Amino acid sequence: MMRESPLSRILRGLALLVVALFFLFPIFWVLLMSFQTNEQILRIPPSLFFEPTLGNYVALVSGKLETAAGTLEIPFMRNLGNSVLLSAVSVALSLVLGVPAAYAFARFRFRLGENIAFTLLSFRFAPPLLVLLPLSLYFQDLGLNDTYTGLIWVYQLISLPLILWIVRGYFEDISPDIEHAYRIDGHSWWRTFTRIALPLARPGIAAAALLAFIFCWNNFIFALILASADKQPVTVGALAFVTASGIQYGQIAAAVILSVTPTLLLALYAQRYLVEGLSLGAVKG
Amino acid sequence: MTTPRLALDRLRKRYRDTVVLDDVSLEVAAGETVVVCGPSGGGKTVLLRLISGTSSPDAGDIRIDGASVLNLGPEERDVGMAFQNFALYPHLTAFENIASPLRAHGLAEAEIKERVGSIAALLRIGHVLGHRPRELSNGQKQRTALARALVRGPGVLLLDDPLRNVDAKLRYEMRLELPRLLGSFGSAVIYVTQDYKEAMALGQRIAVLRGGRFEQVAVPPAIYDRPANVEIARLFGDPTINLYPCRPQAMGGGTIVELFGDRLPLEAAAGGLAGRDVLLGVRAEDVEVTLEPVPGAVPVELDAVTPLNVRAVLYLRTRDGKELLATVAEDEAPRFGRGHRSVWARVTPDRFLMFDPASGARLLPVAA
Repeated sequence: MMRESPLSRILRGLALLVVALFFLFPIFWVLLMSFQTNEQILRIPPSLFFEPTLGNYVALVSGKLETAAGTLEIPFMRNLGNSVLLSAVSVALSLVLGVPAAYAFARFRFRLGENIAFTLLSFRFAPPLLVLLPLSLYFQDLGLNDTYTGLIWVYQLISLPLILWIVRGYFEDISPDIEHAYRIDGHSWWRTFTRIALPLARPGIAAAALLAFIFCWNNFIFALILASADKQPVTVGALAFVTASGIQYGQIAAAVILSVTPTLLLALYAQRYLVEGLSLGAVKG
Repeated sequence: MTTPRLALDRLRKRYRDTVVLDDVSLEVAAGETVVVCGPSGGGKTVLLRLISGTSSPDAGDIRIDGASVLNLGPEERDVGMAFQNFALYPHLTAFENIASPLRAHGLAEAEIKERVGSIAALLRIGHVLGHRPRELSNGQKQRTALARALVRGPGVLLLDDPLRNVDAKLRYEMRLELPRLLGSFGSAVIYVTQDYKEAMALGQRIAVLRGGRFEQVAVPPAIYDRPANVEIARLFGDPTINLYPCRPQAMGGGTIVELFGDRLPLEAAAGGLAGRDVLLGVRAEDVEVTLEPVPGAVPVELDAVTPLNVRAVLYLRTRDGKELLATVAEDEAPRFGRGHRSVWARVTPDRFLMFDPASGARLLPVAA
C-alpha cells in the first residue's frame, strides 16, 4: 500500500473538519441557545459570548415557565417520561412479535408468506393522516383513546414493519448450514434459535431496534390526535413553548437537548453491537 | 446377515420438477466407509441432508440400526456431519464449537473438557481451541468441523467434501490420516467427494452417484477395472481414459478390432461383439511406449510430455490422427525428452474396456 503524503493527510483532515462543522453547527448552536435567555438569543448581531444561565433547564425540570404574561405550568418532564415509556415499550413489543416473525419469513416458505410480509411493510406506505380519522373513531369506541395501550398499539405501525424487514434480512444472511449443524449436534429447534440464530442476528436486531426507537421517539401526529396532555410525548409537548407572550427559544433549545439525549445514549450503547456485526465473518473466508 | 448401521431404502427426492434422487438404496455397515462420488449436481449433498434429517425424502426409508428415523428430527438421529463450508458457529470458540454435540447430550463439564482435548490433540488443533473461527486458517477450520462431527462418536458420520476448501498439502496429509481416524470410531461413514483419487484412497466401497442414481457401488479396484459405464470410466482415471469408436470383426475363428490402422486380436469373450459399434477404452497406463519398434507396436508421434505426480503423461498422436494418452513412470520420462518425435506404442488388447456407444453401458470385460 502506498504511504499517504503529509499534504493529503492535512487536506483530508481539513475536509473532514469542514463537513463536521457544517453538520454539527446547528446542534452546537442549539446547545449554546439552551444556556441563553430569550433576550440574549434574539439580540442583533448574535454573539458567541454570553453569560450562561441554567434558567431554561430549571424551568423545564420544575415545570414552571416564567413568561411576561405570568407563570405557566408545562409538564415537560412528564412528556419526556411519556416519550421514553411509549418508545421503549413499543420497540420491546415489536421485538417480541417481530423477531420470531422475521425468522419465520426468512427460513420457511409458507402459503401467502410473501403477501403477509408485504402487507406488514405496506403499513409504512400509508400516510398517517389518512388513517387517523377512522383510527380515532375506532379508538373512542374501543375505549383506547388517550391510553398508553392505545398509543403503543398504534406505534406498532411504525416499529413492527421496520424491525420485521431489517431483521429478516439478517436472518437470511446466516447460512442455514450453521443452524443445521447445531441441530445435528443434538440441540432442539428452540435452542438453535436462541443460541445460534439470535446471537448471529444481534447486530441487525440492534440496528433495527435503534432505528425503530428513533422513529417512535420522533412521532408527532399519532400522539397529537390520540392522546391528551398527560399521555403526550415531548414532540407534542414542545408545542407548549409557543406561548401567548411569544416563543420561548431558550426553553425550546434546552428541551431539544434534553429530548435528544436518550436517543443519543441509546445509539452510543447500540454502536458496539452494530460494529460487532461487521467483523463477524459469517461462514468461511 | 447382521443389520447394517445405516440403510437407505429406495429414497426419492424432487425439487419442483427436477428429480434429484431417484430410487437410491445403499447399506453401510458400522466401521465401514462408503465414498459417494460423482459430478456436482448429482445429488450428493441432498443425500446427506436426507440422512441428517435437515430435509425429508418424498419416498423411501432411512434406517439406522434397523429402525426408521424418518420421523425423527436431526437432533434425535445418531448422526454427525462435517459440512463442505465448515458451518462453524462464528460467535463461539473452537472449543465450544467442538463441545457443542457433547453439551447437547448433557455430558459433565470435566468429561467434555477431556473429550474435546483428546480429539483436538488427535487432529492437532489443541493450540487453537481458544480461537474464534475467523481467527483459524482454512485447515484449522476444517479440522475443527471434523472434530465437531467426530467428538461424540456418532453411529453415522456424514462428511460432505470436507477437503474441498483446504490447500493441496493438507488435503494430501488428511487423505492419509482419515482412513485410520474414521476406522477408530466405528461409525458408518458416508464420505462425499468429487475427487476420484480421494474416493479411491478413502473408500472401502465407492458409490457413484450420477443423475440421482447410484450407477455403480463397488470396491475401488472394481470401479476402476470394471466401470459400469463409459461415464464412470471417464470419471475415474487421470489422465482420462482413451476412447475410440470402432467395430470388432470376426476373423479366422477369433475376433479382431482395427485400431490405429493395426489389427488387434481380442479375447474370446469379445466374440459376441463382432459386427457392432462399440466404444473402445484404453487406460493410459496400459499403453506401452518405446523408442524402438517392438512386436505389435504402432508408430506414433509424441507431442508432449507432462509430469503428473509419480507418473508422466505422454501426449501421442497416431498415424490416423487420433489422440492417445499414455503414462510412464516419471524416472523413465527423460528418455522421451520434451516430445516432438516419433515413438512406438503398443496397447494390450486383454486390458481393453468396451462400451455401448448409445447407452454407455460396459460390454467388456463381461461382468464376473
